[in-house]
This record gives sequence, structure tokens and C-alpha cells, in this order.
Amino acid sequence: MTLLAPPRDTVATGGGSEQDAVLRLADVMKVYPGSPPVVALDGIDLTVQRGELAAIVGPSGSGKSTLLHVIGTLDRPSSGRVIIDGHDVSGMSDKGLSAVRSRLIGFVFQQFFLLNGMSAVENVATGLLYTGASPADRHAAATTALERVGLGHRLDHRPNELSGGERQRVAIARALVHRPSIVLADEPTGNLDSRSGEAIMALLRELHAEGSTILIITHDRDLAAALPRRISFLDGRIESDVLAGPSVAVDGNGHRDGDGHR
Amino acid sequence: MTATSTTVAPSRLRPGDVLRVGSLGLRTRKLRTALSALGITIGIAAMVGVLGLSESSRAQLLNQLDSLGTNLLVITAGTGIGGSTASGTAASSSPAIPSEAPGMVRRIGPVESLASTIPVSGNVYRNPYVSSGDTGGLSVVAATDNLVTVLNGSMTDGRFLDDALGAYPNTVLGSVAAQRLGINHVDGTQRVWLAGQWFTVVGIMDHFPLAEDIDRSAVIGTTAASTYLGTDVTSPSTMYVRTNEQKLDDVRTVLPATVNPGSPDRVSVSRPSDALAAKAAAQTAFTALFLGLGAVALLVGGIGIANVMVIAVIERRNEIGLRRALGATRAHIRRQFLTEALLLAALGGVGGVLFGALATAVYGSVQQWPIVVPLSAVVGGIVAALLIGAIAGLYPAMRAARLAPTEALRSA
Repeated sequence: MTLLAPPRDTVATGGGSEQDAVLRLADVMKVYPGSPPVVALDGIDLTVQRGELAAIVGPSGSGKSTLLHVIGTLDRPSSGRVIIDGHDVSGMSDKGLSAVRSRLIGFVFQQFFLLNGMSAVENVATGLLYTGASPADRHAAATTALERVGLGHRLDHRPNELSGGERQRVAIARALVHRPSIVLADEPTGNLDSRSGEAIMALLRELHAEGSTILIITHDRDLAAALPRRISFLDGRIESDVLAGPSVAVDGNGHRDGDGHR
Repeated sequence: MTATSTTVAPSRLRPGDVLRVGSLGLRTRKLRTALSALGITIGIAAMVGVLGLSESSRAQLLNQLDSLGTNLLVITAGTGIGGSTASGTAASSSPAIPSEAPGMVRRIGPVESLASTIPVSGNVYRNPYVSSGDTGGLSVVAATDNLVTVLNGSMTDGRFLDDALGAYPNTVLGSVAAQRLGINHVDGTQRVWLAGQWFTVVGIMDHFPLAEDIDRSAVIGTTAASTYLGTDVTSPSTMYVRTNEQKLDDVRTVLPATVNPGSPDRVSVSRPSDALAAKAAAQTAFTALFLGLGAVALLVGGIGIANVMVIAVIERRNEIGLRRALGATRAHIRRQFLTEALLLAALGGVGGVLFGALATAVYGSVQQWPIVVPLSAVVGGIVAALLIGAIAGLYPAMRAARLAPTEALRSA
């Protein structure tokens, strides 16, 4: 089945169901120069609706990290268009892209990337730093976000006083604190033991249930299988895009056709 | 929320947050911060200290000048133009400063007071048994009783000669003379063997910065000199003249002709405070040298900061990547690292000013100088530190800003 490619001429202003598209990629290519050139993304078309919880799954080297960087506006595609919450970021300046990241996107990294010199609540407040919010507002929002991820009792702890699972919760709170349109989680459980990892996934599902749009990049097919939508990635192309009910949690490797295709 | 909005509100970093973010790296690595600020501290401390000390010692000299007065002129018998021919002619028989000279000089309007000294042949010894060659470089002079007053001097012990004391074999010693003769206080019993007679020591004078030859003299009264030693006390060899400060140059011009109308070229007039003023000026030469050394230390400190900042940018790649992911623009990253370098340098600068001022205060109070830390040194020190910080931080900050977010986020 083909993916729903957005028509080129109505980008960003389309009506109907496109109104709810948080993310749209249209024929996105990313080629790294060299001999021979490396094609990391080979004509990606992808739409993510508001409120979705989706996994981009693929082995390492499949180009999913490049995809994450392009979606997160950390890297520019060689060609094609990226539209985030109605904003075509393809032609934006560095300043414009920074603005998009500061307001529309939340990042969760495998390595957490918390700043050691700061307490948990200060780390979360950093998520609002570049929006120009006042320190008091940032602190209040960060406290709320930390309470939301179950760390209301760890506000003033330093990252090195927290367990791995707790650190990732702090990072998730930081990704949510500015109420982004989409949260990009890059191997969020990759550095965690299985129990902490499960707890983090449970948290992400809860946040999804509350309305957050979350895109998880992972190489772990079992983890991806537990999510409502799985986008399989191989050699810079989308291999399959499966929509399943959250109850279909055990289906690890089969990509069932029929009910879930978009 | 509509999907049709065309612009996203730009990223913004509040000025207060720039400071907070810029100081984060310093707060988390305190030892490194202290060590890298130290270079700047040493440079600025050296510069502030040198300027403070030279200003303090200048202030001391100027105070001294003030208290001694700059309106003192000293008239001595000079060699004159025809010095060699004068010896064989009539000129040699007439003294360079004739006996009527003091009276003539006193009649010059702006002259306020006048003291004179007359050389006495003979030397001064502790006792008659000292070999006559061991003069200790001391001389004997007869002086008018207002000598100490005119020189603005003071006594360390005893009193100066007055009419009564000066009429008898009494002497007052200069500070160096007293030391060489082994007399450190006056109780009326010490005597010195002066020109073949016992003289009683009645006083010891303090150091005269404006007339250092008095320091090495034993002073006796003019009456005693003529009565006991048979000295001709009519024509003085040196006259000390206080004049009205404003008219000093005029007085100086007319003095030689007033003292010796026949051959004014045999009279020399000097202003001893000129030497002290020259001393104050000469110190600026040393100051420049030490300032140069301080500047070298500052440069080394600046290089240290640049070095530490380059390392910080490499070490904190992930932080830079994270901040870019959170919406920091290149300018925000550049500002963060530039602020960090500036804060580091400012820290060093403030520390340097404090240390420099402290050094000035300690050394100045040991030397009993007035303590002066010039405002220009304080402001200049901090400005120089900031300038160095800005230059040192510019390249690392640009490097940090140029780092691509994806590269910065790659785990090392």
C-alpha cells in the first residue's frame, strides 16, 4: 500500500484531515556526499496525526537516526519538504528552525543529556529557557511537569543522585514542559534496564493517552510491537507502516496487512 | 490551535538568563574556574599594585615636599666662570658671599627668612684619642640660630642652639653625625672633641631632606666659633632663603647680583625641592617597566582563558547539542560561551584589583606611605580584564556556535 502523500501545492493550509497532521514529510531525501554518495533517506513520505503514538523501527544503519534529525529540524533534508504543525521548515533559517524546536518539538534522548550542575527541576525548566518565559513561570511549569512524570519528590535532586529511570523521567518532563506539538524519543529505553524501560514506556503510553503526540525511534521490535502504529524502516525507505490496536502487543515481527494500513 | 499560522514565535533568551547560563560552567567546575582566572588575577594584581605603589610613594614625596616647602632657595659660593683665574687674583681674597650679603638679601621684598652657615676648620671626634684621620666624613659648621626653623626641620632630641647656648662650647649634631659619633640621645653629659676642644652635645637634629649636608655636620653657634675657635664668621658659605612662593622665580633671578654685585657669576642658587620633584618624576620610568611585565602576565592569563574555553567547548559538545535541540540559536550559544569567558576574566580582574590594592596597602603601611590606589588603575584593570576575556572567548564561542546540532549530539 502506498502512504498518504500530501499534495505539493496545498501544503500547510489544507483542510479536512490534514488539519490534524502534526508532521508531514513529502518525498524527503537525504544524501551524504562522497563516492559513492550515501543515500540515508530515499524519498520518505510520512504523515503523523495529532495524538498519535508511533514507533519508527529499524536496525542500526537503516537511516532512522537521520530521519529523527530531519524531523527534529536538527538536520536539513537534501530535498523534499518537512511540515511541522503546519509550518514548512524546509526553507527556514537557522533562527527559524531554532524557534520551531523551542516551541513545537520535544526531544527525549537515549543518553538523557541532563546537565549535571543543575537540579532536576532546573533541568526541566531548561526546556522553557529559549522560549523567553520568566524564571518563575519556568520553575512552576517544571514542577508541574516533574509531578506529572511521578518525580514530585525529587525536584531538587541532582542528576547524579537519580537512577537511570528517574533521569529519563526528568528528560521526558523536560521534553513536555513547553507543551510541544510532537515529542521525538530516540531510543528512550536504550540505556535502561528492562524494568525501568517498561516503566518509561508505560509513562509514554500514559502521556499519549492524555493527548501527547509521540514518535519513538527504536531498533527494538518487541518494544515497537506494543505501540499503536509501527513504521518499519530499512535502507532509507519505509518498509511498512502498520496501524494496530494497542491490544495487539505480542506481535513482534509480523507486519499484518489489511486493517492498519495508511 | 490552527495549522495555518505562518510563523513561529522566535527563540528568546532573557538577558538575565544569559548571565545564568554563562555562569553555569563556572559554577559546576569551581577549581578550574579559580585556576584559569588566576592568570588574569596575577596580571591585574601586578598592574594595580605597581600603579598603587608608585602613586603612594609619589604621594609620600609630594607630602614631604609640601611639608618641607618648595620655596626654599640655597645660595652657595660657586666656582664661577673664571674659577681658575680667580684663584690668583684679587677675587680670591674677597669671599664669594660677602659679609654684607645676608643683610642685602633680607631686604629683597619677597624674602621671608634667611639662615646661614659658616664653615669651621677642624673636625669632630668622639674623644681626643681618636686618630685625626678618622673624621667619619663629618664637618663642623657655625650656623645662625634660626637654621632649623628655616629648613622646616625638627629635633629628634634636645634643643637647637639659641643665643645663650651658641655663645659657649655647645654643639648640635646632624642625624648622620650623631650616629657616627655613637650618640643616640641627649642627657647633657655627652661631649665630643671638636676642633681640639670639648663641646657639649645639646641636641640631635632630624634628617633634612632639603639640606643633606647638615645631616653630616656638627653645628655650633657663631659666637662660640669666633670666641673659642677664632673663626671668621663674617662671610657665610651657604645661605638658606625662604621666599614668597609666587615670587620665587623673580627672587632667584636677582639673588646672585644682590649677593655679590661685583661678580654675580661666583654665586650659585639652587632649589633643593627640584631634586625631590625629579625623584617623583623618575619613578614613572620604573612604573612603565613593571606595567609591561604586568601586561605580559595578563596576556598569558588571556591565553589560559582561551585554552580553557576551547577545552570547555569540546567537553560540552553534548550540552551544546542539547541546547540547540531545546531551541537555542547559534547566537544564543555564542553568547553563552562569550559570557562565560567574560565572567571568568571579570572574576580574575576583580580578584586582581583586590590583590593589587591589598599589596599596596600592606607595603604602603610598612613604608608609612599614604595609601593611594588610583581609580584609573581599578577601572583600567577591570576593563583590561574584560577586553582580554572578550578576545580570548571570541574564537571558542564562534566554534561552539558553528557546531552542527547533529554532530554535537553524537555521543563521544
